[in-house]
Amino acid sequence: MNLFASSPIVTREIAAVVASYLRLGDTVVLAGEMGAGKTQLAQGICTALGVTDPVTSPTFNLVHSYAGNDATVYHADLYRLKNTDEIADLALEEFSQQGGIVLIEWGDVGDDIIGEHLEIRISLGEEDEARDIEIRAVGKRWELRWPRLVSATKSFASVDAEWDDL
Amino acid sequence: MHIDNSTVVLGIESSCDETAAAIVMGGNDVLSSVVSSQIDIHAKFGGVVPEVASRAHLELIQPVINEAIQLAGIGAERVNAVATTIGPGLIGALLVGVSAGKAMAYGLDVPFIGVNHLEAHLYAALLEEPQLPFPAVVLLVSGGNTLLIHMTAPGEYSLLGATIDDAAGEAFDKIARFLDIGYPGGPAIDAAAQKGDPKSIEFPRAMLHDGLDFSFSGLKTSVINYVRKNPGVSSNDVAASFQYAVVDVLVAKTLKAAQQVDAKSIVLGGGVAANSLLRSEMQRVGNGAGFHVALPSKAMCTDNAAMIASAGWYRLRDHGPSGLDIGAIPHLSLTGSTVRGNRGERK
Repeated sequence: MNLFASSPIVTREIAAVVASYLRLGDTVVLAGEMGAGKTQLAQGICTALGVTDPVTSPTFNLVHSYAGNDATVYHADLYRLKNTDEIADLALEEFSQQGGIVLIEWGDVGDDIIGEHLEIRISLGEEDEARDIEIRAVGKRWELRWPRLVSATKSFASVDAEWDDL
Repeated sequence: MHIDNSTVVLGIESSCDETAAAIVMGGNDVLSSVVSSQIDIHAKFGGVVPEVASRAHLELIQPVINEAIQLAGIGAERVNAVATTIGPGLIGALLVGVSAGKAMAYGLDVPFIGVNHLEAHLYAALLEEPQLPFPAVVLLVSGGNTLLIHMTAPGEYSLLGATIDDAAGEAFDKIARFLDIGYPGGPAIDAAAQKGDPKSIEFPRAMLHDGLDFSFSGLKTSVINYVRKNPGVSSNDVAASFQYAVVDVLVAKTLKAAQQVDAKSIVLGGGVAANSLLRSEMQRVGNGAGFHVALPSKAMCTDNAAMIASAGWYRLRDHGPSGLDIGAIPHLSLTGSTVRGNRGERK
């Protein structure tokens, strides 16, 4: 589905709605160009999950973890990694198998080794502050929740979105 | 155990990309300091070494330790204690150093000291300037951190400010990649900036007058937006203006912090401390305001094990050893969790 955020505040609102549908063990891939707002999305999701520590960019440290209300939230960034071996070394699936919620920036580079997940792709809009946000589910894990997520984000739907997405 | 100027500490560092070992005597006499990127890895291992992989640390750790001992011109039996980074960092990477350090300490029957990597950066300046006037404000600025620290004495410090989003070094790296001017990003921006006009583009100085925290994410986005709208702009001018904006904020906040806590010294640390504009501006502005400004050499600013050994010496002297039950702590904060195991509790 295609959503539209007119400002960083709306981006965070969308992130918060997505967060309310997350379950323990979920993985969310955050995709998009540099400066598009992947960290902004991660911050929005973390805040909605009850994280109170400042959520800073994990680019150099590769993975940060935060205590949320019900789950440990892992925030990873694959920007610096060059091949799937290095991504495998991070053992991100262990975090989700242990019941954590895993957010992965630049996760699309490791698409083939990341299992079932929700992908949020953010891109620069025509205005400086505006962003286009595209969400899709990969795998059956989201099958039951997907229609509910779609209806919960309806108010953010992009006007030119293709409604047959629904 | 008596700790004095003849106490020899082996330092081990494997928290991020570098595998490093060093021998330091008496807290600040560096007998050797080996960083993996300095030795001919290809000749020794006949292959490419991935930057980020515990596997690489595993292959390098023993040769690096051996080389440090050899270069120091001592035998392993002269080592009086082993200090190792236990966090923060990647768990897989940290475990390699921690396991090697404990094994060395156990084998040599000497104390083991778990060291906080961030704390160790604070000792880097002391290695080159043991008589540094305290209190000091340390700007620790690297790819993963942008911190302002108040240091009243070795081992006594508190956090004054930190980035709320991207670290300064990360912004350098990402803008360099965006401008396609080379890697690593810090030196690439530095070099391009020399050929550009720092006042040609007015980029935002985020949170300049708002306390001691930093924000660089908005600047990054602003640079990207500017270049998209002005495709013909000179990369050198963008690099120079971007660098000027970052350095402006770093220097202004550090000065503000130093005045706020009535410091005697300003100290730079971390990889970005190698940036030539940051060094010259900090020196100029700091000295102008009456502060002593310590600029450690580039080798001491970036990740190394000499600072780990040094921090280990002070910790051993003031707090005693860590227990061998201590583990790696990936999310260790500067002022947070203890770096002592059960048996290492202060008596």
